[in-house]
Amino acid sequence: MLDRIKDFASGFFVTGDPLIYGADVAIVLTMIAVVAVLSYFKKWGWLWKEWLTSVDHKKIGIMYIIAALLMLFRGGVDALLMRTQLVMPDNDFLKPEHYNEIFTTHGVIMILFMAMPLMFGLFNIAVPLQIGARDVAFPFLNSLSFWLFFMGAMLFNLSFVIGGSPNGGWLAYPPLTEKMFSPGVGQDFYIWGIQISGIGSLMTGINFIITILKMRAPGMKLMKMPMFSWSVLASSLTIILAFPILTVTLALLFLDRFLGAHFFSLDAGGNPMMYINLIWMWGHPEVYIVVLPAFGIFSEVVSTFSKKKLFGYKSMVFALMSISVVSFFTWAHHFFTMGSGADVNAFFAVSTMIIAIPTGVKIFNWLLTMYKGKISFKLPMLWTMAFIPCFVIGGMTGVLLSVAPADFQFHNSYFLIAHFHQVLIGGVAFGYFAGLYYWWPKMFGFTLNEKLGKWAFWLWNIGFYVCFMPQYLLGLMGMTRRYSTYGWDTGWFGLNLVSTIGGFLMGIGFLFQVWQILHSIRFMQKDKTGDPWDGRTLEWSIPSPAPMYNFATEPRVGEVDDWWEEKQRLAAGQAPQPKPALEPIHMPKNSGIPIIKAACWFVAGFGFVFDWLWLAIPGLVGVAVCMLAHSFNYDTDYYIPVDEIKRTEAAARRGV
Amino acid sequence: MKKKGWYRRLAAAIPLAAMAFLLSGCSVNMGVLDPKGTIAKQQLDLMIIASILCLIILVPVLVMTFWFAWRYRQKARNNDSDYKPNWAHSGKIEAVMWGVPIVIILILAIITVQYTHKLEPSKAIQSDSKAITIEVTSLDWKWLFTYPDQGIATVNYFEFPANVPVHFKLTADSPMNSFWIPQLGGQIYTMSGMAMNLNLMADEPGEYPGKGANFTGEHFGKMGFIAKATTQDEFDKWVSDVKANSPALSQQGYDELAEPGVVDTAKSYSSFPDGLFDRIVNKYNVGAESGHQHGGDSSGSDSSDMSGMDMSGMDMGSSAGSAAHDSSSSH
Repeated sequence: MLDRIKDFASGFFVTGDPLIYGADVAIVLTMIAVVAVLSYFKKWGWLWKEWLTSVDHKKIGIMYIIAALLMLFRGGVDALLMRTQLVMPDNDFLKPEHYNEIFTTHGVIMILFMAMPLMFGLFNIAVPLQIGARDVAFPFLNSLSFWLFFMGAMLFNLSFVIGGSPNGGWLAYPPLTEKMFSPGVGQDFYIWGIQISGIGSLMTGINFIITILKMRAPGMKLMKMPMFSWSVLASSLTIILAFPILTVTLALLFLDRFLGAHFFSLDAGGNPMMYINLIWMWGHPEVYIVVLPAFGIFSEVVSTFSKKKLFGYKSMVFALMSISVVSFFTWAHHFFTMGSGADVNAFFAVSTMIIAIPTGVKIFNWLLTMYKGKISFKLPMLWTMAFIPCFVIGGMTGVLLSVAPADFQFHNSYFLIAHFHQVLIGGVAFGYFAGLYYWWPKMFGFTLNEKLGKWAFWLWNIGFYVCFMPQYLLGLMGMTRRYSTYGWDTGWFGLNLVSTIGGFLMGIGFLFQVWQILHSIRFMQKDKTGDPWDGRTLEWSIPSPAPMYNFATEPRVGEVDDWWEEKQRLAAGQAPQPKPALEPIHMPKNSGIPIIKAACWFVAGFGFVFDWLWLAIPGLVGVAVCMLAHSFNYDTDYYIPVDEIKRTEAAARRGV
Repeated sequence: MKKKGWYRRLAAAIPLAAMAFLLSGCSVNMGVLDPKGTIAKQQLDLMIIASILCLIILVPVLVMTFWFAWRYRQKARNNDSDYKPNWAHSGKIEAVMWGVPIVIILILAIITVQYTHKLEPSKAIQSDSKAITIEVTSLDWKWLFTYPDQGIATVNYFEFPANVPVHFKLTADSPMNSFWIPQLGGQIYTMSGMAMNLNLMADEPGEYPGKGANFTGEHFGKMGFIAKATTQDEFDKWVSDVKANSPALSQQGYDELAEPGVVDTAKSYSSFPDGLFDRIVNKYNVGAESGHQHGGDSSGSDSSDMSGMDMSGMDMGSSAGSAAHDSSSSH
């Protein structure tokens, strides 16, 4: 019996690597510490009532951001492990199998479990406040989206210690990822982790489209909406068209692996090329899904910190929407080398180049917004200033990659790696950092230390160029992505060494950001005005942090940048707009169903990963029970009485 | 192509100078930037043309970014004379802002479409010499090269005459890989169940490192190979040497070779089983014979569909054993 348990455990748990044992110990200790702290301070009830069951968009946003930063840490450690392995030729710091797992999880985590939740976090924080709404259109669904993402991410990360991580690359091309070549459970963790969180992403997309279309404050016509909200609309529309493709593609791969179907297998009429097409029909729009909101953030930040109206509002809207449409017609540029023939390649080359046009226009818009402004270089603006040159260079190498015959030489090389890190770090990560710094006071009611933030900023920026510029050259010299080692005879040593140094500089930059947050919590600078940046849009018209009902009375909007115009009128001595009388506010009630339902999905997913139907079926039954329970629950909302609103407002405005 | 040489050298000179600093002394293979084949040279030309077009936008943007940031910073503004908080629209500027990128992308698009047809990998290279055919099979984790005309086979290296077009027929008996010799020209995927076509030509003798460029699992990193271009005489001599001195590759020998594993030393074989490449291509197309309806029945319509979609770069293996020979258009 004991032998059987031992036998099972050695296959079930990941063994044999000191790094993983170290991580195991760290994970167990962290969990014990969290449980101990919560029990000691008797915070379990508070955690459950205030956070885990909350349907408040601001709290869900904060939970998204915390989860995303944790994932950024893990994805970043993966990156540094890879750079350590590649620092010198013939290094055996990581075994090839371990290296393959790490680049796979790095890619999946950074895109799906870091960029996406950080983006959703910012959606949640900013959109309802910007458009003058009390919450998103479907608060319950919003909570469910978060918990599905969270459970999916946890399931994926569990593969690190149980069963073994996926190792087929971040997009898991078959036939490599079919049972034939990847018999382990890692690939199943990949499928179920992404599937569960993917449903959450799709629902968030729906939620924000409806929120933006139906919940804007009176007077806020679509063409008077803040640019960030426009970018969220563009991104959400792309989500609802793209994510179903991902779900279906991974479902088919699951059927191949679980039931022995032949959608993408080599034999019996399966076709792996179909998977590659399908996954990129999602995968290419996906990169625009994450970058469009960053464009929105830059638009807000440039305008606010230049103290000027955004230049070319209509151009900007048109550019955003056209990018999200054209992004669906470029997928095949990820495999020009698959031999589709000259006509197909030419079509996708040109459609890809076309995207450069609206993107270029947006850059000009931001520059012309700065032109004749009064620019103050606070942290959000600094990140924006770092973004423009970085993204323009990354965009240029992107155009080079789109030139199909030249791409035959760039494809799958470090040139490609450098390009997409330049647009994803320089565009997406820098954008979300700008957004975090920008909305941080609105989220938490205090500002972040500028000096530590500047250290982080410079480390990230210098580190970025030191890390990725050599990789362009390495790619041209013939270094292929996903090599776990290379020989001394290649001549790639010097550039790889430089690149690794750059990677670690960015890592130190991240530590400075953590220090910045901790330091700012310790020496708190409260934002008493609610408007620390002299902002332009509605979120800055209310106290920081925003009261749970956001707006005591529904704001009325007359023009773009309404709050800025209101301040101008007040400064010119005009009387403020009369506020309507307070009325009881209709609010959604908290619910424990989302977290329970997502946990049931987790159980079901875990069961499917190990082919344990005795676990998967109860998990799915749990999901169904949660659905029924919610369907028959009519006690979903309540009213905040006027007295309480008055008290809250008085307390929040005391500092003003 | 000779006339365009100067900017190629210029473009290569800048990184080379950086390299000299980083790699004191060693002779380093510059890959794409040091092309030795007609295709790679044209691809580098195209990269340089595209880069110059992009720089037309890039340079002004970078200048404007730093200039505006400096010129309009709040600290430097003692008076607000040219502060225009409400200036947010200008028809003329927006016309230029859309117009210039559109024109540049239009030019680039035209050039790209032309080059895409000109450098289509399945297209035969014009030359006075008759092309040599080399069949390439990617295995877990090594490369097998078979010479149908010479009747020899090699692993992880191959030789071929310079200044003679080489027609590669590529397939995989393993997960999808990609066959790439940076100094000779761009890569093409190797996929099971089909024969892909790639035409390259070396302009001078030399040893050109090649790579497996698409991830195929554990020891993917060990899938480098050497492509050695020689004179025609040396090549003929090498072939007869291999025929005389190397062992034969039997079907059983191939099956063992195809097992997952790494081959550290280059190997050569005096012969290989007849029709080996075609059998690998058609390995998964067993449906027709064994009576299953899956792949076999639809194979005929499959291949005609594909040609309708101008999948000219590939022969579907499913269109029976003759598929690999249909590519004779490239001769």
